[in-house]
Amino acid sequence: MIRLNVNGKAVTLDVEPDTPLLWALRDTLQLTGTKYGCGQALCGACTVHLNGTPVRSCSLPVSAAVGQKITTIEAVDAGKVGKAVQEAWRRLDVVQCGYCQSGQIMSAVALLSANRKPTDEDIDNAMAGNLCRCATYVRIRAAIHEAAKALA
Amino acid sequence: MNTNPGITNLSVEQGADLGRRRFLQAGAGLTLGFCLPAIAAEKLPAAGPGKAGEGLAAAVNFEPNAFLRIGADNSVTVISKHFEMGQGTYTGLATILAEELDADWKQVRVEGAPADAKRYNNLFWGPAQGTGGSTAMANSWEQLRKAGGAGRAMLVAAAARKWQVGEAEIVVRDGVVGHPASGRKATFGELAAEAAKSPVPAEVKLKDPKDFRLIGKQARRKDSAAKTNGSAKFTQDVFLPGMLVAVVAHPPLFGARVKSFDAGKAKAVKGVVDVVQIPQGVAVLAKDTWSAKKGRDALTVSWDESAAFRLGSAEILARYKELAKTPGLVAKQVGDSDKAFAGAAKVVRAAYDFPYLAHAAMEPLNCVIRLAANGCEVWNGEQLHTGDQHALAQLFGLQPEQVKINMLYAGGSFGRRANKDSDYVLEAGQIVKAIGGRAPVKLVWLREDDMRGGYYRPLFHHALEAAIDQDGKLAGWRHRLVGQSILIGSPFESALVKDGIDAVSVEGAANLPYAIPALTVDLHTPRDIGVPVLWWRSVGSSHTAFSTEAFFDEVAAAMGKDPVALRKELLAAHPRHAGVLELAAAKAGWGTPLPARSGERRGRGIAVHESFGSYVAQVAEVTVKKDGSFRVDRIVSAVDCGTAINPDNIRSQVEGGIGFALSSLAEEITLQGGRVEQGNFDGFPLLRLPDMPKVEVHIVASAAAPTGIGEPGVPPVAPAVANALAAATGKRLYRLPFDTRELAA
Repeated sequence: MIRLNVNGKAVTLDVEPDTPLLWALRDTLQLTGTKYGCGQALCGACTVHLNGTPVRSCSLPVSAAVGQKITTIEAVDAGKVGKAVQEAWRRLDVVQCGYCQSGQIMSAVALLSANRKPTDEDIDNAMAGNLCRCATYVRIRAAIHEAAKALA
Repeated sequence: MNTNPGITNLSVEQGADLGRRRFLQAGAGLTLGFCLPAIAAEKLPAAGPGKAGEGLAAAVNFEPNAFLRIGADNSVTVISKHFEMGQGTYTGLATILAEELDADWKQVRVEGAPADAKRYNNLFWGPAQGTGGSTAMANSWEQLRKAGGAGRAMLVAAAARKWQVGEAEIVVRDGVVGHPASGRKATFGELAAEAAKSPVPAEVKLKDPKDFRLIGKQARRKDSAAKTNGSAKFTQDVFLPGMLVAVVAHPPLFGARVKSFDAGKAKAVKGVVDVVQIPQGVAVLAKDTWSAKKGRDALTVSWDESAAFRLGSAEILARYKELAKTPGLVAKQVGDSDKAFAGAAKVVRAAYDFPYLAHAAMEPLNCVIRLAANGCEVWNGEQLHTGDQHALAQLFGLQPEQVKINMLYAGGSFGRRANKDSDYVLEAGQIVKAIGGRAPVKLVWLREDDMRGGYYRPLFHHALEAAIDQDGKLAGWRHRLVGQSILIGSPFESALVKDGIDAVSVEGAANLPYAIPALTVDLHTPRDIGVPVLWWRSVGSSHTAFSTEAFFDEVAAAMGKDPVALRKELLAAHPRHAGVLELAAAKAGWGTPLPARSGERRGRGIAVHESFGSYVAQVAEVTVKKDGSFRVDRIVSAVDCGTAINPDNIRSQVEGGIGFALSSLAEEITLQGGRVEQGNFDGFPLLRLPDMPKVEVHIVASAAAPTGIGEPGVPPVAPAVANALAAATGKRLYRLPFDTRELAA
């Protein structure tokens, strides 16, 4: 049995310790907002926060997340930054297929939580690990700036 | 409830006729005729499975036709016959209907239609329901305007009866029906029950476009909220009671088969429930995805490779180059090419190579199927309803209408989910069949399965030559293409493959718009290459736009002409091409200096291309470093896709199309001894955010009927960049992906 803290709630899961956090979230807790894209931390679709830091949940064994605060897209609007990012994403209609966007938003929220006024270069560095095959990158960049403005 | 289905039939037929004619005029590609092998469309049921048309009688709903439902709760639900893979169809289709209904955009929601080709066929595809070829808006335009207009007329009639006033005195605006003379008002929801009693109008008066309040304005995407809080449901997110997850060991070579397997270790993995052989490989079924993956990794499979395809990309390309030395089947002949080349003062020649490309949508392929006593139920990001419905019906021995398809969002597709062989859908069905239907199954392809699963954009070789006459005029153009056919063996074959020529192999080449007195386009279609190929965003234009537009620049340089000036000169008979060309050139500042920092070379390049009836020109600006590496700084686009239903979505699709095309400058799927060498994003690197250029999208104002925009933003990007690189360095690239070392100073 593995005990986790997910979105502020304590949960107990019957999974093998080597199970990636991604599959524990999706298949066991049915928190399906976090997506599977590559399984090798190459695409960022599975990004969640571990104590506020963005991590690729597809490559993190669930045992390594014990005792940490896990936040997923489903609870990201509980914070001021998360809400601002979501609203900016909606105002600019960033999404297309939407499959990568949970991960994009989690990376953007982590960036803005640490840096309220990111430059284009800061955005490049923070978002380079999140692939979007629809290439919504122009709007992702614009939405991060927009959210930063709203938070200022 | 509607008791008179007449309006639906009327609008479908009229819309089909209008749409087809317009489409023929537009002269675009993948849109005519879908041939069903077994069952005629007439035999399909009038009311199919899915949410629409089922279990709604209990509520006081108003359903004037197959595309609209107004609830007593004042909700307006638009039924989308096309799937949403990111291209904005749900929003665009709802905009068309809501416009004529005069709904408030806030009250509008969208629901995916069930699989039912009788009501929801693609009007450009005959008796088939499906999405592709950038046809969603074009084929639905008349149909949904009439559907919305009919609903509005019935609401007006209901209000007139209720208030005992003349229909002409009633106005409708933003979801409110009003009678200004008396000050009476009612919402759509309040009128729904009464409107259901209105007769369906025989004719619907459509709005004058000058009165549009949603079309051409800013209707926000309907899927933004769900796609930003994790609640949007994709196939990967479907969970059913008792469902098993299947991960499959696929053969390492195309055409290989299972010889034998040892499931002992796989079955020992905790969570693994069963291991079954299917025609596509060996499937491991488990209670969850990770256990299924571990089980598959523990399998030992021995493969029969006797019938497998074993060539590598290099050998395939070498064969194609040999073939290109001989004439192929003539796809287009204008004037006397032999004479033009015999009398040429100068001949320019170039050849181009294009690799296999994977669609690589972010959501790897997957499908959920549940078998029940009276049929089967499917959950899928469904792009080719009718084809998949028939394939599963055949597999399970059912009638097509017994295959119910629930439409989910697709995490991208770019053509891959419209599989001509129903590959992954049938694989899911085979697994369900192998376990006797005892549990619902979610088939999950891992990224490596998706990337190695074939159905690529075909590898192509092109050879071009141009004749410049004694007067310095472009007198002749020969274009030879060598590559596998996508449509042979597909349901579109009978309509679009004529005399051995697949129309999509040569689209963009055979309809070269330039006024050149002699034009020859010929094609070799090798049939012995065992790599499955498929339409990939922009299909034939994904390679023909590159060869034609990059070569055109080379010819212009040989003639000592400015590339924009020569294009304008030769596009006199094609005003829509010329219109976007001139707009893009003007907005990009064509002809003005492009300042370069020391040690860097900069250049500007242009390309123009029509695909799917839409016209796009793009100007690329690039900076090249000493070692040949480069960045694309800016892309200025001009697009003409007829009436702009949703301008912001057009911008969004062109932005995304640009990124998708730039990604292809570095992508390739290669085979070595028949084995696909790439498996994940390390070997097949997609464009990342830091490499996305600044983008400008300018839309040509047009009253023409709308055409698509999901694909047409892609084709001109790569040639515009190649032309910009040539302008910056003097060096031309003839092979994709680009080898930037060739650009080193």
